[in-house]
Amino acid sequence: MELANIEKLVQKYLDAETTLQEETTLRNYFTGGDVAPHLQEYEYMFNYFTISKDETYTKTIQLEPKKFKKKNLKWLSVAASVVLLFSVFVGKQQYDTHLQRQEAQRQFEQISKGLRLLSSNLQKGEQAVATLYTYENTVKKILK
Amino acid sequence: MNQSDFLKVVLPFKDKVFRLAKRLLVSTEEAEDATQELLFKLWRSKEKIADYKNVEAFAMTMTKNYCYDRLKSKQASNLTLVHSNYKEKETSLDKKIEHRDSVNQVHRLIEDLPEQQKIIIQLRDIEQYDFDEICKMVDMKPTAVRVALSRARKTIREALIKKHNYGVS
Repeated sequence: MELANIEKLVQKYLDAETTLQEETTLRNYFTGGDVAPHLQEYEYMFNYFTISKDETYTKTIQLEPKKFKKKNLKWLSVAASVVLLFSVFVGKQQYDTHLQRQEAQRQFEQISKGLRLLSSNLQKGEQAVATLYTYENTVKKILK
Repeated sequence: MNQSDFLKVVLPFKDKVFRLAKRLLVSTEEAEDATQELLFKLWRSKEKIADYKNVEAFAMTMTKNYCYDRLKSKQASNLTLVHSNYKEKETSLDKKIEHRDSVNQVHRLIEDLPEQQKIIIQLRDIEQYDFDEICKMVDMKPTAVRVALSRARKTIREALIKKHNYGVS
């Protein structure tokens, strides 16, 4: 390709009016190595464009593992809800036994209070009976 | 659509997605993550893909939007700050080239362009899409695309000339 033509194309290139085909012509010229000195900056540009295109995505594309992760999350939530249900159940049971125990304690206290009252009253009666005995004994001694 | 069908559709343009992501996000790791994420998104919407005429253009648009989102998010903006003064190591490729510094210079110059021009120059000069496709991908009018592209090319060229002359004189 003659230089005059290249210069024309370069001008069009700067104005972004070149077609892809014309740009390929320019690319071939500028990466070919034999570049006119006053157009050297284009050599850098086109060289850069060409090597940039060689860069590739080398990592493997992962489609499955992430899906697996998502599934895991689903199962995790199921597990969590089961644990929650279980703990509520256990908690309820614990609370029930706690209530029962409290009730029993209350009843026990009431009964023991009643028994204490009874026993103290009985003791009063015993004392009275004891004085009666002493009285009777004395009367017997005197009557003898 | 099963997995192998999907891969058949995706494989031809996965590198283009990766390169566009790298152009916008700068770091290779970020671009790899973005590519993986995008391919996975495509895979999830695989039922819809069958309806699209041009999956590749759709993927590129997705890439563009995804990278914009990444750049907007605070975390990513911190990362770009870090990466802007981090020297690009393009190992094996660059060694082949005589004018390694000048070529790297082009890379940095493109990095300094506005996002939109960056995308357009990536799509046109590196991936060689035609204008219709680019218009669809970036959702712009053809004239606007041409103006942006022309501006980008001129900016790069002028910066290169300036640098070159500076070195000589």
